[in-house]
Formats: sequence, C-alpha cells, structure tokens
Amino acid sequence: MELIEVSGVSKSYGGVVANKQVSLKVPRGRITGLIGPNGSGKTTLFNSIVGYHPIDEGSIMFEGKEISHLRVQEIARLGLLRTFQQTRIYSKMDCIKNMLISVPHRTATFRDMFRPYSPELTDKAEHLLEFVGLYAKRRLISGDLSFGQQKLLEFAMALMSEPEVLLLDEPTAGINPTLINGLIDRLKRANEEFGITLFVIEHNMRVIMNLAENIYCIAHGEMLAEGTPKQIQNDQRVIDAYLGAH
Amino acid sequence: MIDNINLLILAPYLNIQLLLDGLFIGAIFVLAAYGLALVWGVMNVKNLAQGDFVIMGGYIAWQVGVWGINPLFGLPVAIVFMFGFGWAIYYLVIRYVIERDLFTSLLATFGLALVISQVLNLLFGPEVQIVDSGFAVRSIPILGGEITVSEIKFLSFLMAAALAAAVVLFMKNSRMGQAIRATAQDARAAKVMGIDTERVYAFTFALNAAICGAAGVLIAMIWNIQPFYGMTHSIRSFVIVTAAGFGNIPGVIMAGLGLGVAEQFSGFVLGAEFQQATVVGLLVLVLIWRQIQSSRHRQAVI
Amino acid sequence: MKEHSKHLVPGLVILVFGVAAPFLFPNYVFQFAILWLMITFALTWDTMGGQMGYNSLGNIVFFGVGMYVSALIQVGLYYDIGDYTAAYGAIKVDYTMEQYFTGLILGLIAAGLFAVVVAVAFGSIVFGLRGPYFAIGTLGVALAAGELIGAWDWVGAGSGISMPVYPGDPDDRALLYYFLLFVLGVATFLFLMCLYSTRFGLAINAIRDDEEKAEAMGIHTKRHKTVAWSISAFFLGISGGVFGNMAGFIEPLEVAFPTVTFGIFMVVMSLLGGKGTLWGPVLGATLFHIVKEVTWTQLLGWQWVVLGLLIIINVVFFQQGIIGWAQDKWPERFGIVVEEDAGGLTDQETAEVLTGKGAG
Repeated sequence: MELIEVSGVSKSYGGVVANKQVSLKVPRGRITGLIGPNGSGKTTLFNSIVGYHPIDEGSIMFEGKEISHLRVQEIARLGLLRTFQQTRIYSKMDCIKNMLISVPHRTATFRDMFRPYSPELTDKAEHLLEFVGLYAKRRLISGDLSFGQQKLLEFAMALMSEPEVLLLDEPTAGINPTLINGLIDRLKRANEEFGITLFVIEHNMRVIMNLAENIYCIAHGEMLAEGTPKQIQNDQRVIDAYLGAH
Repeated sequence: MIDNINLLILAPYLNIQLLLDGLFIGAIFVLAAYGLALVWGVMNVKNLAQGDFVIMGGYIAWQVGVWGINPLFGLPVAIVFMFGFGWAIYYLVIRYVIERDLFTSLLATFGLALVISQVLNLLFGPEVQIVDSGFAVRSIPILGGEITVSEIKFLSFLMAAALAAAVVLFMKNSRMGQAIRATAQDARAAKVMGIDTERVYAFTFALNAAICGAAGVLIAMIWNIQPFYGMTHSIRSFVIVTAAGFGNIPGVIMAGLGLGVAEQFSGFVLGAEFQQATVVGLLVLVLIWRQIQSSRHRQAVI
Repeated sequence: MKEHSKHLVPGLVILVFGVAAPFLFPNYVFQFAILWLMITFALTWDTMGGQMGYNSLGNIVFFGVGMYVSALIQVGLYYDIGDYTAAYGAIKVDYTMEQYFTGLILGLIAAGLFAVVVAVAFGSIVFGLRGPYFAIGTLGVALAAGELIGAWDWVGAGSGISMPVYPGDPDDRALLYYFLLFVLGVATFLFLMCLYSTRFGLAINAIRDDEEKAEAMGIHTKRHKTVAWSISAFFLGISGGVFGNMAGFIEPLEVAFPTVTFGIFMVVMSLLGGKGTLWGPVLGATLFHIVKEVTWTQLLGWQWVVLGLLIIINVVFFQQGIIGWAQDKWPERFGIVVEEDAGGLTDQETAEVLTGKGAG
C-alpha cells in the first residue's frame, strides 16, 4: 500500500501558482526523492503535506486517511514527521535533552506527561546519538554544534520519535562536504534497519541519485517526470529544467 | 439594560446622537491606533505606553488651559513636546528592545506606562479632568428629538482627519517617510542602501508620540482625561490594530470609528461603569476572530 | 531523586527558617507571610512565563477568583450570600471554631479547583495566541475581571465582602495564616521541582524554545499549555483564598484583582531572580519583598515610579536575572558543558565517527 498518496494538489499564493495538479506516491518502506530547480515548488508541496498551510484543491492521503485538513501536530502524531531546511533544534538545551523531548508523542497518554525519563529512554537517546556520530557531544549545548552536526541531531531526534515516514527537506544543504557521505549512509541505514520510509527533497543530484529508489522531478510547480535515478538522469525534460532551457 | 434598548427604539434621534459621538471619539482612536500600527510595523515594537502618551498630550492641553490660553493652542505644543519626548524615550529605552523578543518591548513599555501614569498622578492629581475650549454647544432638531453637538467635537473631528491626512502624505512623499517605509520592508537592505535606520527608528517612535500627543489634546477637549486612563487607550489601540492589521490604513480607520461607536452604544445600554470591560470584551472577540481566521490557514496567531 | 539532592541543603535551611521565623520575629509575622505569598506568586508565574515562554500579564485573575470562591463558600455555608453582602458587613458572624475551619478548608479546596476551571476556560480562548497577543489578551481579561466583579451585586459589587472573623486569639490567627502561606509556598516549590524533572518539564521548555518545532514533533502543545496554566491557577487560587481571609475584607480592585500591583510583582520578581529557573523566582521574590518593605514608605509617593523604572531596567538591561547571570558566568557550576573549539575540525571528527575511521 502507498503510505502517502498526493493527488491533484494545487496551491497558489496570491496570483503565483506554486503547485499545479501535483500527484505522487510514497510507497511504504522505500526511499523516495523529490527534486527540482530552485523555486519549483518542492518545499510548498512538503508544507502542504505536513500541514503548514491549506491546499487549494486535491487530496493528500496518509495510510489511506485524508490529512489535507489536519494541522501540523495532528499530522505529526499520525507518524508523519518532517525536518526543516533551516535546521530546527532546541538550541539552548544539550543534545540529550533534545533527544529526550522527542520521545514518541503519538502514543502518549495524559499520564505519560508526568512520567520521569526512564533509563531505557536515556539509553535509547544515547544509542541514537552514537548512530549519528554525536555521542561524544551529548552533553554539549546543541546550539554550539556546527550546522552539519545540528542536522544530524535533528535527524536523530526524528528517529527518536519513531515515525512511520520522515520527510527530509534538503538534508545535505549547507553542511560540510565531509559529512555528506556519512549522512547518506545513516539515512539508508535508518530506512533499512528501523524500517522508516523516507521522502527526501534534495538539491544535490549526486546525493539523491545515491539515496533514492524512485525520484519525482518537479518544475514550475508541475510534475515533470518520475522514475528510477537512471531514468531521471537520462530524461531530457529534467536536464532541460535544470539547465533552464524551458 | 432592556429599558435602555427600548429607549433607543422609541427615540431614534438618540441613535443619531450616539452614532455621532462615537464617530467623533473614534476619529481620535484612529490617530493613536495609526501611531501604534506605525511603530509596530516599522520597528516591531508593541508599545503598551501608547495610551499614556495620549494622556500626556491631554495634560499638556490642560496645562495650557490653566495658563489662560485656549487649549487649542496646546495642539502644536503637544506635538512638539511629545515628539521630543518620544525621541528621548527611543534613545533611553526602545533602542535596546528592538532586536529582542516581543515580550521584552511589551514589558518595557508597560513599565514606561506605569512611570508616566504615576508621574502624571503626582503632578496633576487623580481627578478626572475636562478641558474647556470655550466653544458653543448647538442643538440640532432631528427625528423628533434634539441632539447636541458641540462645535469643538466637530472641529476635533476635522483636525483629526487633517492630522491623519498630513501624516499619510508625509509617509508617501517626504524623504523621511520613504526611508521609514523602506526600513519597515527590510531593515537590513535599507541599511545597506545607506539609510540610517537608527535615526529612522528614532524618528518613527517620536512621530508616534507626537501623533498620540495630538490625539490626547483632542481627547481632553471633547471627552476627559485622568492619569490612569492610559491603559484603556492602549488596549483600544491594540484592538483596532489587531482587528485591522497594521499595513491597512482604511482598515484602521474603519475599526477605530467602529470601536468609538460600539463603545458609545454599549456605554448607553450597559452603563458607563462597563467601559473598560466593553473594550476588553471587544479585544477578546477580535482575538477569537483572528484565531478562527488563522486556523482556517492551519496557523496560530503570531 | 539524585538530581534533587543539590537542593537539599538550601531547602532545609529555608524550612528551618520558615518554621522559626514567626517565633524569632513576632512583630514581622505579617511581612513574612507576605514573603511566602510573593514566592508562590513568582513560582507560579514562572511556570508559564519562564518555563513555557507564555508571558501572562493576567495571572492575577486566578488569585482573585480563588479569593472570591473561598469567601462565598465560607459565608454561603451558613448564610444567604445575597443577604450577607447586601448588609455591607452589618451581619456579624459568630462562627464556632468548627464552623470556621470547615468553611476555610472547603473554601480553599474549592478556590484551587475553581481557579483550575477558569484556567481551562480562559486557556481555550487565549492559547491560540502567541507572544504579544497572549500577553495583551491576558492583561485585558485581568483588567476587566475586577470591573465585572465590581458590578455584580450578589457578591457585594464594589463594596466587597467582609470575611468571617476568626473566633479565637488574634495572635493565633496571625500564626495560622502565616503557616498556611508558608506551607503553600513550600508545597508549590516542591511540586514544581518534581514536575520540572518529569517529561512535562522538558516539554514545556521545548514549547518555550521553539513551539513550531514542538508542534512538528507532535508534542501535545495545547494539552501541556492547559495543564501548566491549571497548575499555576490551582496554587494561585488557594493563595487568593488564604490572602482574602488574612486581609479580613475583600473587594474587587485593590484586594482581589490588583493587576498593577501583585499582578506585576509576579512578573518582576521572576525576571529579577532569573526566569525559567527553579530558584530564580524564590530569590527574586525574597529580594524584591525585602527591598520593597524597607524602601516603600520612604519613597514618599514615588514608589510606583520607582517600580516602573525597576521594570524597565530589569527587562531592558538585566533580563536574564540573577540566576541567569550566574549561569552565564559560571556555566560549569550549573552542569552546562561548553566546548571552546566547536568548528570545522569537529565536523571532521564527526565525519570520521560516521565512516568508522575515528572510532575508538
């Protein structure tokens, strides 16, 4: 079954059409990519899916349930999480606290609010920090981390909350190139080992070709092409869109 | 309460009276609210001392009256004095809170409001004052009754309109006005383009204080002033700006006049002691309305 | 409970002092009682303002609501409220000890609970608001609350309610209310200390630091906000009930809903001590209260001006407060780890950890 199914979604700001009749599918357990030139409407589509603004028309289904009218928290609690292009972490707290805040809220009952953090949760937090290479910095105030490390932390926080699917908005943008390979590897392992479906916006072609099994390409707000990395790489329309010959 | 509503139905001329009084007062609310929209929009400062600036202007008129001069001449005095006062407050306090989080400016100006109202109380005493400008009061027969309109109210309405028009023209055409609008849109870009944003902010805040001062002179002549009335005026300004949005001058005018009229009617129906509660009630309504609006956009009111 | 142990020594000193104070300084029992009230004020404000970042200017509503509910229960148990208030204190009440304490206990419990009800209702209106709108909305409601109560004849309108007279020795009465406020202050502190160490504590900190992120992570933000507000309201409601009895007479504007005195003290005290910390409000309240008691009468009418200036200076130049300042100066004493050389090199290290080269 498709985990996320976007069909015929349009969204415009004032007179500017950001998305026009966009449809795509994110199958469960896979890594799906979304590419497109700057300003092509990738982030708008992301924001529509996670509930940051209403859509003009179309439908967005998650696990067979319509979510296009739900708000951010409700969608997040269904197990659909996103990370931000401009990384967002709680920058005044240390890494461990950032992780502990991110316990799964999907299943949290009223009484869970008042539970102390169990040693198992702290263990899990430390394990995941180790997984993203930040164990040595676990007691550091997270705002003091480098931008790339903050991205890794944000990724670990998302893993901590055990999502069904994780929407990553340009996970490698702006991070130190030395970190990119490690990050790609961890994204793949999160998909394989924890079974988390990934839906990734990416600008860096090399990254997305390495990472995704199926790629959608969007340009001028419209869906341009879909296919495996190989198909996309050889698609003349995609090449034109990226070179600006349109 | 029901009796009062019946009275309004039985004596339609009373409605006209309340409507007119509401518009006269509302025009002055518009001035103060426009000032708030200005500092809010340009420098993102939520000025809770807005109403106290207004009351300061009122006491300037009062003092001018005490000196035996017609309080109308207090208008230029208040504008000049309050402009200087606003400039000073900018450099003493506001300068330090612009870049900070929103609550900082709110609380700092709340402290300022406390200081101003208390100093006014010490200087002028806690009595409610009305400034007599010596104009005639006319009775006009209408709809089977007589409404009274004092000439000063009419004059004040005209002056409020003229002041507002002057400020709008100034913002559109003068170099400083253009600099202010540029800074409001993008302070960093304005700075890069060589605009002294610090001076722009100081001028904006001073201009706001001057507008408030002028509003205060008018309020003192057609209504009343008291050292502690400032907070209610501040909340009025917030109600108007919140309802209209700060980039929207026609909206501010409509909301201001509407608030003036609504207050007159509710004052008549419920009794004057509910004045503040009415303003707050309207504030709560506006805030709820904004939340419903935002939730349609899947957003919170920020 | 390990992390609570560092609070043990200062806590014990304060407890011993709190118990001994009314006997050591019998002339200042009232002042000490107010000190505990101020500590409760600052602590409960800080739950919202400091820990959760929702700066309320209207928390005083719960204080006033608690005061009135307690008064109405204490009177209403034995008299018709309408008759009692209409007589403007002409009805002299002679309560037996048992009647008095039954009323007081029930009244205080009801005060706390009803304040929670008001908090939930109030919250459902204002929690869609952020930042300045929230502060102004709460301020407005607080200002209006006093006015509305002042127009409600059944509860005595502007003339207020005379509270039942304590049927015993006045010195015992002073001690009774001292210890009620003392126990309330300590209970509030202990409750909040435990609360902040649970998931709840971190979650409300998350709301303060980045509410949008907290929402995107699925935190039940509204639920947390409502509970935090209710907890503040509960303790404030009880404090209002106790203070009303201690004052002996309540009325809406000066005693029950004093927005520009107690309502603002709450904020100033938290900011002064350091908002968002456990001890900051306690420290701020203590300092503020002492300085205020010592200087207030010597300022000859200028005290309010001074208070306003204090707010401005505090907010503009010293917003982190005393504890916050100390944390910045000596972070390691507060268990905060700072690394000097965070930069490109550490990216390299992390990359090595990730690719397995630098492991071990």
